[in-house]
Amino acid sequence: MTSPLQLKSVSKSFASKERPILAVDNVSFTLTPGKVTGLIGPDASGKTTLMRVMTNLLIADSGHIQVLGLDMATQGHAIQSSLGYMPQSFGLYEDLTVQENLDLYANLQSVPLEERPKRYKILLEMTGLQAFTQRLSGQLSGGMKQKLGLACILIRPPSLLLLDEPTVGVDPVSRRELWQIIYRQVADEGMTVLVSTTYLDEAERCYEVLLMHEGKILGQHKPADFNKTLTGRTFRLEAKGILYRQLLTQLEYRSDILDASLGEDNIHLISAADTPFDQAALLSDLRLLKHVTDLRITPAPAQFEDVFIATLKAQTTTLSPPKKIKTVINKTSPEDVIKVVKLERRFGDFVAVKGISFSVRRGEIFGLLGANGAGKSTTFRMLCGLLPASSGSLSVAGHDLRTASATARRNIGYMAQKFSLYTNLSVSQNLRFFAKAYGLSKSRQAERIQWALTTFELTDYQNSNAGELPLGFKQRLSFAAALMHEPDILFLDEPTSGIDPLARQEFWQRTNALAETGITVMVTTHFMQEANYCDRLMIMAEGQVLAAGTPNEIRQLATTDNQAMPSIEDAFIHLIEEHTPPQDITS
Amino acid sequence: MNSAASARIRLKGMLIKEGLQIIRDPSSIAIAFILPVVLLFLFGYGVSLDAKHIPIGLVVEQPDTNTASLTGSFSQSTYFTPEYFHSIKAADTALKEHKIEGIVWLKNNFSSQLLNGQTPDIAVLVNGVNSNQAAITQGYIEGTWVTWLQHYANLSGHAFKPTVELEQRVWFNPALNSRLYLVPGLIAIIMTLIGSLLTSMVVAREWDRGTMEAILVTPLHINEFLIGKLIPYFILGMGSMLFTVTLAIWQFDVPLLGSFWLLLLSSTLFMLVSLAIGLLISIVSKNQFIAGQISIMVTFLPAFMLSGFIFDINSMPEVTQLITQIVPARYFVAILQTLFLAGNIWPVLLANMGALVLMLIFFAIIVRKKSTNHLE
Repeated sequence: MTSPLQLKSVSKSFASKERPILAVDNVSFTLTPGKVTGLIGPDASGKTTLMRVMTNLLIADSGHIQVLGLDMATQGHAIQSSLGYMPQSFGLYEDLTVQENLDLYANLQSVPLEERPKRYKILLEMTGLQAFTQRLSGQLSGGMKQKLGLACILIRPPSLLLLDEPTVGVDPVSRRELWQIIYRQVADEGMTVLVSTTYLDEAERCYEVLLMHEGKILGQHKPADFNKTLTGRTFRLEAKGILYRQLLTQLEYRSDILDASLGEDNIHLISAADTPFDQAALLSDLRLLKHVTDLRITPAPAQFEDVFIATLKAQTTTLSPPKKIKTVINKTSPEDVIKVVKLERRFGDFVAVKGISFSVRRGEIFGLLGANGAGKSTTFRMLCGLLPASSGSLSVAGHDLRTASATARRNIGYMAQKFSLYTNLSVSQNLRFFAKAYGLSKSRQAERIQWALTTFELTDYQNSNAGELPLGFKQRLSFAAALMHEPDILFLDEPTSGIDPLARQEFWQRTNALAETGITVMVTTHFMQEANYCDRLMIMAEGQVLAAGTPNEIRQLATTDNQAMPSIEDAFIHLIEEHTPPQDITS
Repeated sequence: MNSAASARIRLKGMLIKEGLQIIRDPSSIAIAFILPVVLLFLFGYGVSLDAKHIPIGLVVEQPDTNTASLTGSFSQSTYFTPEYFHSIKAADTALKEHKIEGIVWLKNNFSSQLLNGQTPDIAVLVNGVNSNQAAITQGYIEGTWVTWLQHYANLSGHAFKPTVELEQRVWFNPALNSRLYLVPGLIAIIMTLIGSLLTSMVVAREWDRGTMEAILVTPLHINEFLIGKLIPYFILGMGSMLFTVTLAIWQFDVPLLGSFWLLLLSSTLFMLVSLAIGLLISIVSKNQFIAGQISIMVTFLPAFMLSGFIFDINSMPEVTQLITQIVPARYFVAILQTLFLAGNIWPVLLANMGALVLMLIFFAIIVRKKSTNHLE
């Protein structure tokens, strides 16, 4: 069987104000037929550009592309006609219903009328959208939109399917379902699939993985073969008497450790490639810390994420551990800085938040987890004083938000989901704007801007427009902006969504360091692994709290006979499924 | 299935989709059918470019029968609403305060000059802030004055020099009713809004929302996409045109002296030109907001100000007159005003339609060249 997709030395660059950007740099690969291949790489690594080049939406500067036996240079439209492609935006018309979208794509693919009912039935069943055919697609949840987008592409099953980040911003339940659909297509139709993603755990689901970074393909292997490259270099560190995230700060500057990250109830280590890992020295250093007992280092199996981080850290020369943000002022204290009692928010008849109560202590990292539409953002907005509560009481830093929201807000730093930056202002102009907006004095402004540029390593980018920054840098800038006035409490709404693991890890290192200085951090996230960075977390669905507690307590909720060591993600799915049948979660 | 049949199905799919989107998007319907009503009522009833009931001040230093006769003719004219002042000073103040637009000053030697067979010196002062209004006011005052003078001469047997024989006759719009030429011109404005503004925005929306990327990677050819966009908005634009014409004729009593079929033909031409420009803007900008801005700047505003719809092209500075040559609405407004008010004047119609045909060919070629199955 010949490969449905072959690339030879393909390059594509874009003109830019400062310098031409080489988005795809001399890429060559051949896709294995009848399998799922993952195209994995951080943001701005060129995945989307590569996808567009392979779909004839962009024309490569050089190189040769063959798709389904057709030559891109001469048969571009024939290629577009025969392959299936779902862009990041899904390609749905939001003002058309589910059925009308399907009809449109059936017409565009000229599917004969008599074949349609049967095909629709299969697709609707597969995506679980039978009950929603008359609903406007704009009113579907993110997960349902993605499934509908996929259904539209599959109306006439293509032999090659390209999916551009189909699982971004979708909750774990929907992600799992999407993968099931993809696998069914591969099994039933013998389809060849190329999926781009920034979720590294999805790599393990692929037959083969293409690792992409800065426009180059760094390797094409089976996930297990990728993992083999790290044999003997991955370890698990366990301890008692200290928070793992606090322990983590001790590991950042060691030359024999390439990377340290939080696992499920342990710390995951990757040793450096060139410096031998001195376990004994590490253990004896850590024993000096107060209260620490039961220190243990054991070898751990390598995961794809390790490979990714190890490969990328070897590639990226500029990356250095984030600087300490401030010296330690005070540690977690029993004092509650956020107190919420029977908080409720109604929009007309719809109750978005149904009488929830919780409290957050000073210096704590408190996580808020939930599927789309669970009421996380509504809760967040009420806490930041952006939305008044319908009933119940809430106080932040000792101020009742209903009577003194302006005073309370002065102590709050807020980082919005979409990084509220001015895209056509430069990095330093953005920082200056936020410093002014918080009313800092002239000298203080200069001081804080300088601080932000050095701490967040933005000095090299200070004159670049915020809109042109890679996503990870946008996030840094947005984070810096939220900290300009040195708030006591930090609200981070989906800060890591769409960001690659390296940038995510760096982000959590910073957040961790901030919490160490006594700043209280409240965070929402889609990434269940990140819940491990939280001291306590709360899982929400349909405006209610399903569970609250430390990550360990949450994990225990899902411990069953056949699952002794559930991850936070397992626990989350378990709780959600217990709460509602999977069909209605997102509606 | 052969390829022609497949293409038909694809096109049908596009048309159904586009139709549903138009029906569900209140702004398309509003632009096509509610906006014409609003504009027609605004320009039909609200805006009038004719000078009527101009407030003027009359200063008579030595009232007698002669001055009373002259001021009487000002009072009786529908053009003026005179107000009497005792001194030129008071009138001057009123002029400065914009209470009156002009002053007619009859000095104390008015009657004696008249009796001596001389033409009396009357002073006319006009507020020149709005030069257009000032010229009209001045003209009407002079007209009234000359008419009265002749009337007086006929009665008294005196001959005055200079006596100007003035006879006015206005063709095509005998009552000089501005509504009659504003309303036909509005059709051009409305069709520009639908053809260029609305179309450029809905096509740019496909890029904005990423749907373009998805439907290009299907068997759909870019030509089918363009035709799928053109047909619905062409129908919408023509529907709106017919609706406006109906309202114009029955609600605003605008006569249609020319042929209805010629109106339909020229509207088709203009609609196609507008659509081509709209498509071009959306292809170049690929962004709804920018497409909207460009459309307003390069199609709507010129159609409003440089087409001869409100402002007479011949009285514009020469440079501006040259610029109007590239405004398609200019040719269509000329056609509309001719067809409605003068009838089938072939030389005018042919010249203007010819210009529209050239523009259509020009823009169609550019659109075809610029549109590809690629994103860049």
